[in-house]
Amino acid sequence: MNLDKQLQVDSSPQSPMWQLTIARVRDFYREPAAIFWVYGFPLVLAVALGTAFRDRPIERIPVIVVADSPNPNVDTEKILKSLGMDSRLEVTLADSAKASRDLATGKASLLVIPKGEKPLLRAEKNRPESAMALGIVEAALLRARVGEMHQGKEEVEPDIQVETVAEVGGRYIDFLIPGLLGMNLMGGGLWGLGYVTVDLRVRKLLKRLVATPMSKIHFLLSLVLGRMGFLLLEIILLLGFAWLVFGVRIQGGLLPLAAAIMLGACCFQAVGLLVASRATSYEAVSGLMNLTMLPMYVLSGVFFSSDRFPLLIQPLIKLLPLTALNDSLRGVINEGQGITDISGNLIILAIWTLAAFFMAMKLFRWR
Amino acid sequence: MAAILCSGLFKSYPGKPLVEAVRGLDLRIEEGECFGILGPNGAGKTTTLEILEGLQDPTSGTVEILGKSWADHGNDIRQRIGITLQETRLSEKQTVAETLGLFRSFYKRGLSLDAAVAIVGLEAKKACRIGTLSGGQKQRVALACALVGDPDLLFLDEPSTGLDPQSRQQVWEVVRALKVRGKTILLTTHYMDEAEKLCDRLAVVDHGKVIALGSTDELISQFGGGNLVEFDTPRKAPSADVFNRLSGVKTVKLTHHENPGEAASHVVLQMAQPHLALPELLTMLEKAGAGLLSLNVRQATLEDVFLALTGRNLREDGK
Ligand SMILES: Nc1ncnc2c1ncn2[C@@H]1O[C@H](COP(=O)(O)OP(=O)(O)OP(=O)(O)O)[C@@H](O)[C@H]1O
Ligand SMILES: [Mg+2]
Repeated sequence: MNLDKQLQVDSSPQSPMWQLTIARVRDFYREPAAIFWVYGFPLVLAVALGTAFRDRPIERIPVIVVADSPNPNVDTEKILKSLGMDSRLEVTLADSAKASRDLATGKASLLVIPKGEKPLLRAEKNRPESAMALGIVEAALLRARVGEMHQGKEEVEPDIQVETVAEVGGRYIDFLIPGLLGMNLMGGGLWGLGYVTVDLRVRKLLKRLVATPMSKIHFLLSLVLGRMGFLLLEIILLLGFAWLVFGVRIQGGLLPLAAAIMLGACCFQAVGLLVASRATSYEAVSGLMNLTMLPMYVLSGVFFSSDRFPLLIQPLIKLLPLTALNDSLRGVINEGQGITDISGNLIILAIWTLAAFFMAMKLFRWR
Repeated sequence: MAAILCSGLFKSYPGKPLVEAVRGLDLRIEEGECFGILGPNGAGKTTTLEILEGLQDPTSGTVEILGKSWADHGNDIRQRIGITLQETRLSEKQTVAETLGLFRSFYKRGLSLDAAVAIVGLEAKKACRIGTLSGGQKQRVALACALVGDPDLLFLDEPSTGLDPQSRQQVWEVVRALKVRGKTILLTTHYMDEAEKLCDRLAVVDHGKVIALGSTDELISQFGGGNLVEFDTPRKAPSADVFNRLSGVKTVKLTHHENPGEAASHVVLQMAQPHLALPELLTMLEKAGAGLLSLNVRQATLEDVFLALTGRNLREDGK
């Protein structure tokens, strides 16, 4: 071996920042599974949920008129006729046993039991359709009664006009897309910094890197930079897809949107770093990530509005970073809000970011 | 100036009970030396190395690397050392060249990537992903990562453990080539053949302390040197005194077995000149009626030194 020839010294290395970042990017795009979960999965979710909750005309509400009423002097026919005039109802006739069974199993939303002057309406207390049916049936019976009083007309039209609309911006898919975006920012930040760092630690590669003259700042920045690159692609893909397929439009400006996305991304990257600061096994980091993400998936309004949770815990929910992010994104995308409108939520995100980052730096183990 | 100087090194890990991994260790390794730390599992080799590499802080004691201290000149030291850890899994998805390029970028000066792969003999694998390499090839990539910064001082933690004989040979070739080039090398091992073949000087470490120091020859001669005559007898051998009276015998190690069907006694004699003592030995055994099952004469090795010092084998499997 001619060593002196082999050991020629080369003193023009490439930038370590660039090398670290490009290594991150390679690790990612050479992993087909990762690409699917980051880029494909949210689109699949959007399609699945967007189709499932497509805005369909409301189905007709099933109502049963009980036929074997013990009271013979009641005009069951009359009730059937007045209810039959309302197109929102689907009226059938059944004996009381079948009727009770159907009410119990949800096949019928309301039972009408003819009982002389005052027919009995039986509704299921906990079911929203029952409450709706109750309103509709009451109104129909009332209209019939009023018509009767006015010279035996069968029905009078109320002095009301009704109009229904399905506006872009108010559909479920419009609600869903910002939620998916927020979810992606959270998952991406936690994986991209948290899991990746612990992976390096478990493989002892982090220790190996720290033993070189590598700057730790470069290392952290490269993770952030790599993440931001992937993120840009994710956002363009998700919002572009939602626009092309579902016609979801961004009502607000790009600046407040970018601000919310950037802050959200930074926030969850900082949380990712915090989660990774001590964990020395895949199990530990997965557990911590789930512990962080699961409550927010449920509480922060990804798939349904967080307003549904009890009033008591609302202030807490509002302080969660994902709630703040989702609310900002929905504000900008759905309602066209500007920076000032979402500033409260942005401040919440900024506080989380700083707190998580400083705590992470305090706890972080480079070995 | 010494390349590595450490004194009074202590390191304990928290736990119940407290693990005292290093317990008062002093080393002085000169520039251009290839120094080996030889010790069994858990002796504290890795811990010592990581303290010297600046990866762990000692509980107490001082460390000087290339005349500098970690606290004041950490980055200067890092620019001039290269290390391999006992266990590192490089990213499988990156190619050899990409991995080396990453490591190269951290150093102000160093080798070209071609030179680095050439030293470890992986020219043909330069464009291959790490995931497709064999264990020995991966180990050599790790070695190349330690070399891209053209370091003056190398720390190699068990460079050939877990490799097949050919791969070990290749790793040794690389280390020898570096020695020729005047690099200072500190390596740990629990293979005595590796220590004998590569190291100018050795520290035998056990329970976090240096229990013997010197070149292989020095250590063996401190132990008494010479040859070992090992044999079994079918019937109980005479007492140690009888063996001691044979000419040139230095030490006698006698083990008796009770199990029927096995040899009754196992005897190890250390002696300077077996050709003189052997005829005497055979006559004596015949007279004593002990008989002879098998006889084996060999040179004393580091293994015997370690056994004599600690009463244990260097490796748990005894090989
Ligand atoms: N992080 C740690 N926490 C607690 N104890 C540790 C830690 N690292 C090592 N030890 C303990 O310190 C002792 C010395 O370990 P060390 O890894 O230095 O041994 P070694 O000589 O390198 O062994 P091997 O030949 O198996 O690599 C062992 O008893 C080990 O269990
Ligand atoms: Mg070790």
